[in-house]
Amino acid sequence: MSAHSSSSTSSPLKGYFAVWIALLIGTGLTVYAATLDLAPYNAAVALAIATVKATLVVLFFMHVWHAGEKLIKLVVISALFFLLLLLGLTMTDYATRLWS
Amino acid sequence: MSMPNPIPQPTIAQTVERENYLNTKYGVWSWLLTTDHKRIALLYLISITFFFFIGGFFALLIRLELLTPAGDLVQADTYNKLFTMHGMVMVFFFLIPSIPAVLGNFLVPMMIGAKDLAFPRVNLLSWYLYVIGGVMMMHCMLTGGVDTGWTFYAPFSTNFTNTKIVEAGLAIFVAGFSSILTGLNFVVTIHRMRAPGMTWSRLPLFIWAHYATSIIQLLGTPVIAVTIVLVACERALHLGIFDPKLGGDPLLFQHLFWFYSHPAVYIMILPAMGVVTEIIACFSRKRIFGYSFVAFSSIAIAVFGFLVWAHHMFVAGMSVYAALVFSLLSYAVAVPSAIKVFNWTATLYKGSIHYDAPMLYAFGFLGLFTMGGLTGLFLAALGIDVHVTDTYFVVAHFHYIMVGGAVMGYLGGMHFWWPKISGKLYPEGWARLAALIVFIGFNLTFFPQFLLGYMGMPRRYYDYSHMPEFQVLNVLSTAGATVLGVGYLLPMIYFLWSMRYGKPASDNPWNAAGLEWKTPSPPPTFNFDEEPVVTWEAYNYEELDAPDKDAPHNEEVPVAR
Amino acid sequence: MPDSSTATGLHSEEHNPALLHHFADAEQQRDAASLGMWVFLATEIMFFGGLFCAYLVYRRWYFGDFAAASKTINMAYGATNTAVLICSSLTVVLAVWAAQTARRTLLIGSLILTMLLGMVFLGIKGIEYREKFVEHHVPGASFSFEKEPIPGHPGEYANPRHAQIFFSLYFVMTGLHALHMIIGLGIFLWLLAMAWKGRFTPEWHTPVEIGGLYWHFVDIIWIYLFPLLYLIDRHP
Repeated sequence: MSAHSSSSTSSPLKGYFAVWIALLIGTGLTVYAATLDLAPYNAAVALAIATVKATLVVLFFMHVWHAGEKLIKLVVISALFFLLLLLGLTMTDYATRLWS
Repeated sequence: MSMPNPIPQPTIAQTVERENYLNTKYGVWSWLLTTDHKRIALLYLISITFFFFIGGFFALLIRLELLTPAGDLVQADTYNKLFTMHGMVMVFFFLIPSIPAVLGNFLVPMMIGAKDLAFPRVNLLSWYLYVIGGVMMMHCMLTGGVDTGWTFYAPFSTNFTNTKIVEAGLAIFVAGFSSILTGLNFVVTIHRMRAPGMTWSRLPLFIWAHYATSIIQLLGTPVIAVTIVLVACERALHLGIFDPKLGGDPLLFQHLFWFYSHPAVYIMILPAMGVVTEIIACFSRKRIFGYSFVAFSSIAIAVFGFLVWAHHMFVAGMSVYAALVFSLLSYAVAVPSAIKVFNWTATLYKGSIHYDAPMLYAFGFLGLFTMGGLTGLFLAALGIDVHVTDTYFVVAHFHYIMVGGAVMGYLGGMHFWWPKISGKLYPEGWARLAALIVFIGFNLTFFPQFLLGYMGMPRRYYDYSHMPEFQVLNVLSTAGATVLGVGYLLPMIYFLWSMRYGKPASDNPWNAAGLEWKTPSPPPTFNFDEEPVVTWEAYNYEELDAPDKDAPHNEEVPVAR
Repeated sequence: MPDSSTATGLHSEEHNPALLHHFADAEQQRDAASLGMWVFLATEIMFFGGLFCAYLVYRRWYFGDFAAASKTINMAYGATNTAVLICSSLTVVLAVWAAQTARRTLLIGSLILTMLLGMVFLGIKGIEYREKFVEHHVPGASFSFEKEPIPGHPGEYANPRHAQIFFSLYFVMTGLHALHMIIGLGIFLWLLAMAWKGRFTPEWHTPVEIGGLYWHFVDIIWIYLFPLLYLIDRHP
């Protein structure tokens, strides 16, 4: 939905404002969804919206979408991978500790 | 490539000294405000050697106490402080920085054909952070120290001990930031500043090893940093996260602590593996067997190393099912290390072996690292671990890798690159003797500890008078430690001696492959007069040893080419 | 030859005065700076990651108590702060664009606006912290969390000890975030000073770009903190 430009001749401003609006809408959506009873999916919905917002910031405000080489994307994905390792492998302990 | 012919150097008196990074400017401030990666490497060399002495001093006191079964040299609390400070100083202020901060800082830019690291001022900041952390740790030790073990487990460290946890933690935090910045510098440098033609597959494996090490430093250290913050918050601000009285879980501390501290051991060993690769190739006069395998095994060790941390927690109360998972993963992490050992061995096969001091250290590494690594597999088996965890078996295991492996690699590397760093040759005879003394002393110190642990002697005990039969092995271990100490002192003495009285070194006394050997010894401040253009593969020893060249030897008379 | 230095303020045809000697060209320097900042942000992800791990463990264990505690934090402040940071990210990209297109007034205005929004964020945070202090929700000797109902479980009250863990995490996570915010303000103050002196050009404005990356990262952390801390269980 956000118009993005890959050259400096056409203005990226429209895209920035579009992302900004999307982020604000996402925030409102998060608050609204929290007031609904979506158990047990409240957390998943909130985190999903947060992830969409974060992705928009990374791709368009931090210019990763236009990054020529893959290295920056690799750095971001690696960091997220190791974070998920920390959370996931730790949870193998906590999720199974009470299995008898 | 375009390098000027090296000037033949006089063997007796120096006449006009060529300008190099050591003599380009004099004065304390030219060193304390330097951004030259080579000078920073030497600043680190001095600092980490100082902390090696401190950590070694604590080790000496520990071994003296353990000469007799009774706790008669120091009190129990003091002994707790001794092994804690020994561990903290050796791990955080010696082993973690050692090879990357000294040899890595010196060599990474040179090996890839760059003038300096990507961020020279960040490099200097990194050293200052290390020094500040070190000063904080010294102050902590001098005003009472810490007694929790270097692992400062909660809730003892958070709720019950009244030693200086917050100060020690902050010292480690600051030193950890130094480690992160070094890793950041290396990653950006290796990605962005390789000379033309220096593709990834032409990089020395020393570089691959340091790249992998940097990944671990970058992604692991922040987790222990935030863990230290949590411990400090719990102690100082009563923000209880690990407090069992509030429903907190002490095992959470262990998860967060070991998430860094296990990969940390790979920070300590990977650079040593990189050094050993360079030495074995040079002193077998052969290309490394299986270059891609060795390169990718470094990355694999870095990644797999993050998957195994809970093997330190098998008996702590974690889930048995999770323990099974971590046990399996711990077996997997041994595979890339084994790949390296196989490739080193294959490199030696039918090589033209030369037994100079660096190679003696590399041989020592091969044997001792293999033993240490294999005993790690014993510990990864849940059934065995239940019996030998928290005994001297574990102590022996990690000292075989860290001292028999990492320190041997460090010493081998210091000998190998000493001519480049200092422009002088060390005395080869003394060096070979020292290597032998280190090897003998090491085994005498730590092999008995495998036996002690297997027979049931717990670690961190200052008094074993209920098990007096362990005294013989403890006495052997202490005797070995004395021999080891002598072995460590010798290089310090003759390296210093060589700086003044050693024979001047030529550009490439070992006739080794690598861009660093195409510069004068010592190198000029900006390493290369013109940017090198690389058109050859790494470890091109066949070309270097073409019939009209000399075989490598530690030259008494430098050879002009 | 100097050890390392930025060149003097001379503008030359050959190279930008900000080009450091050990780089081959300006593009290599800019690529190095950018990669350096991204790698640093990766370390920051792991730094906060440890806290998210602790949060995950305890939220699973003590969901009801966490929900009760979360309900006592002011959601309006949290949502407002989220919007404030989103707006500040917009002003940051405007600042970068202004530097790219040599729009000095917009650059300086955007930098100032970003800082103002950051200070608004910290101000609201301060008000929130004070509220928690007054309600005795700050962990420690004076912590009190009696008779707080667990949402969705009428008649059940939250365990104050578990709630104390929630608030410990709340203060550490938002406190660390606020610290990063303050550092960000410092960075932007420095950028403002440089912009004021006219040091940024379309050819060289790397500090604005990488300062912007840092600011966006701080925003992203808050994007996750908001639902996790404020919105655990808000349905009636």
